[in-house]
Amino acid sequence: MSSAVLQVEGLHKAFGGVQAVADVSFAVAAGEMLALIGPNGAGKSTCFNMLNGQLSPDAGIVRLEGRDIVGLRPRAIWRLGVGRTFQITATFASLSVRENVQMALYSHTGRLRSLLQRFGAAFRPEADALLEQVGMLDQAERVCGVLAYGDLKRVELAIALANQPRLLLMDEPTAGMAPKERVALMELTAQVARARNIAVLFTEHDMDVVFSQADRIIVLDRGQLIAGGTPEEVRSNPNVRAVYLGSVH
Amino acid sequence: MTLSSILIQLLNGLAAASSLFLVSAGLSLIFGVTRIVNFAHGSLYMLGLYGAYSLIELFGRTPLGFWSAVVLAALAVGLVGVLIELAVLRRIYRAPELFQLLATFAIVLIIKDIALFTWGAEDLVGPRAPGLSMAVEILGKRVPAYDLLLIVIGPLVLAAIWLLLTRTRWGALVRAATQDREMVGALGVDQAKLFTSVFFVGAVLAGLGGALQIPREPANLELDLAVIADAFVVTVVGGLGSIGGAFLAAVIIGVAKAFCIGIGSVTWFGVEISFSKLTLVVEFLIMALVLVVRPYGLLGKPQAAQRVAAEPAPPFTVPSWTFALVWLALLIVVPWVTDRYAAILLTDIVCFALFSVSLHFIMGPAGMVSFGHAAYFGIGAYAAGLLLKRVGLPMEAALLIAPLVAGAFAIVYGWFCVRLSGVYLAMLTLAFAQISWSIVFQWDSVTGGSNGVFGVWPSPWLADKTVYYYLALTLCGAGIAFLWRVMFSPFGYALRAGRDSPLRAEAIGIDLRRFQWAAFVLVGALAGLAGAVYAFSKGSISPSTISIAQSTDGLVMVLLGGVETLTGPVVGAAIFTWLRDVVARNTEFWRAVIGLVILLIVLLFPQGLVGGLKALAMRWRERHA
Repeated sequence: MSSAVLQVEGLHKAFGGVQAVADVSFAVAAGEMLALIGPNGAGKSTCFNMLNGQLSPDAGIVRLEGRDIVGLRPRAIWRLGVGRTFQITATFASLSVRENVQMALYSHTGRLRSLLQRFGAAFRPEADALLEQVGMLDQAERVCGVLAYGDLKRVELAIALANQPRLLLMDEPTAGMAPKERVALMELTAQVARARNIAVLFTEHDMDVVFSQADRIIVLDRGQLIAGGTPEEVRSNPNVRAVYLGSVH
Repeated sequence: MTLSSILIQLLNGLAAASSLFLVSAGLSLIFGVTRIVNFAHGSLYMLGLYGAYSLIELFGRTPLGFWSAVVLAALAVGLVGVLIELAVLRRIYRAPELFQLLATFAIVLIIKDIALFTWGAEDLVGPRAPGLSMAVEILGKRVPAYDLLLIVIGPLVLAAIWLLLTRTRWGALVRAATQDREMVGALGVDQAKLFTSVFFVGAVLAGLGGALQIPREPANLELDLAVIADAFVVTVVGGLGSIGGAFLAAVIIGVAKAFCIGIGSVTWFGVEISFSKLTLVVEFLIMALVLVVRPYGLLGKPQAAQRVAAEPAPPFTVPSWTFALVWLALLIVVPWVTDRYAAILLTDIVCFALFSVSLHFIMGPAGMVSFGHAAYFGIGAYAAGLLLKRVGLPMEAALLIAPLVAGAFAIVYGWFCVRLSGVYLAMLTLAFAQISWSIVFQWDSVTGGSNGVFGVWPSPWLADKTVYYYLALTLCGAGIAFLWRVMFSPFGYALRAGRDSPLRAEAIGIDLRRFQWAAFVLVGALAGLAGAVYAFSKGSISPSTISIAQSTDGLVMVLLGGVETLTGPVVGAAIFTWLRDVVARNTEFWRAVIGLVILLIVLLFPQGLVGGLKALAMRWRERHA
């Protein structure tokens, strides 16, 4: 796959004696929504944290547009064009919604070091355009600390889009949201990803979201990939059924 | 050095380590369970020492009298600990760390004045331990028998604490609470009783540590801060909350210090180096090394996350131009129409205003609590004085270079500080300030030691108090205006962002440590400017400009005004400076008064005066809307 934005080969990670992730390989293409699913403890978060620089793998290669990013810090990976949202939202609570997005824009353009300029002045239209896209423009002046959880998720998406990423990593993007909001958020993500040709990798527990929004699905169980393919293929895969419904020996 | 002298220094170090371990173990135990860093732990040690002295005088200098005095003094200090817990700390377990540290510092001030009132200002030299005053001969050198006993007591107490923690129900609760205090509360354990009992045990350990030192060192009023600084270093090196770590670190530091004293002066390449004066520097080097390799100490673990989420700080409201101009006009006119005394007091106030605004910048928007901000104020003051007197620069040049010197120190100190957060950071900043203080205090030939530097007067054109006040107002005013401007700049916002969510800051490419480091240097330089201006206004500099008390004065100013407001630190500096001036003129026990004021703020006005008034005004407006 030459068009792969993210390419993962033979990823390994063990904690003590526990093999959390073993020989995981997959790729995500531009404009594609790839869902990483699996039961609790399957190794999804470990896998994710090795891609975004929080954890370093014991073995394996992670390539972003052909470039090996293993060993880079999260902030360096962001600079290479990877946007992130967190399982538990992480925004700047004392800053307004608009300022949160402006912060990412300032950082992207390397202009945060200025001591005398007024922060609010620059990147206003750009920030508002992003907020418009995620439907948060009407709350731009509100402080993030008082927002509803679903709205924070949208703000995170706007922040993640600020550096014009090639890849979005979304860890449980809809955790803690109402069912209706979940599908809406991921529909929005899919729409943006296709329009901007961004590759999206997300983990998710809500199977309605996964099967309605993902282009492809890969399934992790006890650290190993046990299946992969289109939603239809994965749905009918006996291994996956065994993992999720309990195997019949 | 011969083998025997090495052995002697080793034994000396181990003897000193025992008391250090007792205090640090108590500090660690209390921190583990209550998450409070008890600043007053050094004061409890001091009380143990004074208490043992008085009780021995009462019981008589017999073995029975001596040992019952030591034990009773330790138990009495335990009761003082219980009293402190019940009266003050119980009310602030949910308050921000900063308030807890300040409250325990207020207790330091109050205990100091109680000790001054009870035992007077003179050092009190206790008796040798009856029956143990002889020396034992080891490898041809004489070692006091009492030191050998101390060496044994340390490990014995360690074993006793270990048994208590692993073999009793109380110990199980303490260990559980150290890991997850909220879960222990949720399981129905009476936290109040547990905390009180832990405080009792911790205080007894501190009191015992002090009481056991009675044959080795005189009781004096400086012990509280000296001991707490040592204990902070030990707990940071060993790891907060780890008793074994405290023992290990106490031994390492005790022995290293003993060797420094034992080596004495050495001439290397024609330069004479006095190791006996480098004890604090060595302590610092050990700590620095450990923190770089293991940020949570030798045997410590990263702090458990607390589930109580902090409210986001509200955005600052910027005062209007008319408001600012009216105040500026008043500041210009007042000394013109009043007496010389007003100009002197106002000069003090503008210096401390810049000091407190620079502290507010680093602890508010940047979210890094500093308990050693006086380091930069004092270094600025000393740099100004020494550049004038020792280097012979003109006063104007000294005044302008001094902030750069303070900034240079902030580069070094800040490099370490930005690696830590929370209480670890607070303790490290305090340790740096204490080290700076002791270098100034001990380096007699350059800094004038305890006497300080004299004759630091401004140039003739600035000799008039009112003229000098205008210079101070200009420089400090410009410094404050600059810092306020920076708070609203992209740089200031990046610091706030990092305070709110380090995770998100990293995820959008912000190298937070670099920003925090730069902020450290910026505020260090401006605090240095405040110190330099202050030095020339007084004409002399004493080590107190760099003391822990000066650092906490800054914190009180910020909190008095309110940390969540922009102008609060200025208002706080003005009120505090004026209040101290009035109180110090009327009573010898002004420290206790300041202590009570701090407790009052922490318990009743946690948002500070400006914050409190704003909240009141808002409520009034809502009612009448």
